[in-house]
Parts: sequence; C-alpha cells; structure tokens
Amino acid sequence: MILGVWIINKAGGLVFQRDFTTGSNVVPALAKLSTNDYLVLAGTFHGIHAITSRISPMARSTGIEVLETDTFTATCHQTPTGIKIVLFTDPNQANNEALMRRVYDLYADYVMKNPFYTPEMPVRCELFDVHLFKLVQTVNPAATQA
Amino acid sequence: MAKPLKTLGEDVWRTKVEKVNGELFALTYGSIVTQLCRDFNNNYAKVNTQLDKMGYNMGTRLIEEFLARSQLGRCRDFRDTAETVAKVAFKMFLNISPTVTNVAPDAKAFSLIFDENPLAEFVELPESARRRAVGSTAGPVENGDAMASAPAQAPLWFSNVLCGVVRGALEMVQLQVDARWVSDVLLGDECSEMRVTLIKVLEDEVPAGED
Repeated sequence: MILGVWIINKAGGLVFQRDFTTGSNVVPALAKLSTNDYLVLAGTFHGIHAITSRISPMARSTGIEVLETDTFTATCHQTPTGIKIVLFTDPNQANNEALMRRVYDLYADYVMKNPFYTPEMPVRCELFDVHLFKLVQTVNPAATQA
Repeated sequence: MAKPLKTLGEDVWRTKVEKVNGELFALTYGSIVTQLCRDFNNNYAKVNTQLDKMGYNMGTRLIEEFLARSQLGRCRDFRDTAETVAKVAFKMFLNISPTVTNVAPDAKAFSLIFDENPLAEFVELPESARRRAVGSTAGPVENGDAMASAPAQAPLWFSNVLCGVVRGALEMVQLQVDARWVSDVLLGDECSEMRVTLIKVLEDEVPAGED
C-alpha cells in the first residue's frame, strides 16, 4: 500500500506532498500534519540525508535510502540532478524500488515536460496528480486522496 | 552497469520512449529555424544564440526523462559522459549515435561526429547562411555579447539547438560545459562535428552522497 509521496528539490524544499488512504482498516493512513510541519520535516530529512552520506565510513555513500519503522517504510531516491523522491508505504509493501521508478517516470513526463512548470518550484500539475493517483490505485485499489 | 552503453541505448530507444513521425519533427524544427531567421532579419549570429537558448531550456528538462528512462547513475569521468551522451542520450531521443573522437589528453573535451542528423535531413542552406567569418573555423560564441563583433559573417549553425540541449542537460548533473559546432555538412564541410568542452564541475551543487 502506498501511503504518501514527497518530492524534495535540490535545496531541501518540499515541492510536492500527497497522502493516500488505503481503503483498508488494517493499514491506516499517515497522520495529517500542517503544511508548515511538512516543510519542516522535509527540510530535516534533507539534512539527515546529507549527514548520512557524510558519516559513511566508505566514500561515495548515497545517503539514506530506506527508513523503516514498524508502522511504515519511507523509501528515498535521489536523482543525479539532486531531486529526492520519498515514497511512504506500509511495512509489508514489496518492490518499492520499482514503484519509485514509476513515480520518477511520471515526474519526468508530467512535471518536467510541462512547459509551464518552473523547475524547483512547487509542483501544481494536474496531469501528474491524475497519473500518480492511477499508479497508487494499482497498489491500493480502494485508495482515495487524503 | 552490466550492460554496455550501446545496448542500453538501443534497449531504451526500443522499449521506453514514445516515437513521433520523423518528417513532422524535421519540418517542425525547420519552420522554427526559418521563423527565427525572419524574426532576426537573417542575423544568423542571433539565430544561433536563440537556438542555443531554446536547446538549453529543453536540456534542463530532458535530463530527468533521460535519467528516469535509462536508470543510469553518475558517470565515472568525463570520458564516460561522452560515451553516455553519444550512445544512450542521442540514441534515445533521436535514434542516432554520433561517434566520440578527439578526446583531449586530459579528457576534458571531446568531439561528436554526426553521420546523420534527423533535424537537417531536408535542409539546404541559402548562400547567405553559409558565409563564414574569415579566419575562423569555430562556431560563434553562444552567449549574446561576445558575438556582436562579427554578426554579419556568422554562418547559420542549423542544428545549434542540439548544442544547447547538451549544455543544459549536463549542467543539471553539475557539469558546466561549452558545446558548439565546429563544422557542419550543411556548410559544405566534410562532416558535422560538435565540440563539447568541460568548463568545470559545479562542486557546490553536487547533491550530498553524489560527490
């Protein structure tokens, strides 16, 4: 089940955030936070990501990739351009990497190729929302946008 | 990195990208260039600059498509970048694989030789657009002010948009480069050669964990 998606720009700013309900009582949705809290969390995550790559005993660590708790898993993918996509799923969700790839594909298609989207700015692209939601529905069929 | 780049490029081109009619593409690009020529009164230096800018804006966006579809990580060095641009990027977007040659001894510059160019398939440049500045074989400098010196003599680098694309895309992965045409078959040269020179790696912008 996909619980949420964040996109963090190069500077650590949260440019996209969506939560999804699962339609299942077994897997509840993520807690709803205020807009400001999301921004703070994303900025913090950006910082922690940078720290994790610095403290690595081996050079060239990619930084944090997966954050696991007993109630959810956050998978982070940083592209060579410096954008981070964070995917929140329930702990039993498999193939997070493949899902992540799909989200990145959608981002490349419906965000970056939209000529009126300004890079680094908040993502307000309806087509991206629509297609992301379709992707979510393939994983949680009863999903709604939270 | 198991697959050779050539195979990867072919696979991506075959299975992951949308195709459009090549003639529609060539005619669209042709009409853009001719419209620019009209708008700028056949001041080809300005047209070249404009094409480069347009390409730059495309490159800064196309890079995400490239990374998403190819699933490639960071290149090891600039030589690796050259091969990737030629064998994966150009293959994926234009179905061509220019040849990488003339790699500088310090591997900070390379040339791409284009045996075919879908942009220029039907193009014959008018005489005025073929005229070259005396004693200069290199293309005009892409940024505005430097070219004021010899505007009338600059030839039209018809496919200058490609230089911009390469520059824009590489800048987004923190490689600041200069990309320009050195020769073009449309101008009567033996081959079409694009020279790409690394200016610097934008260290400050390299994301954490990628340096």
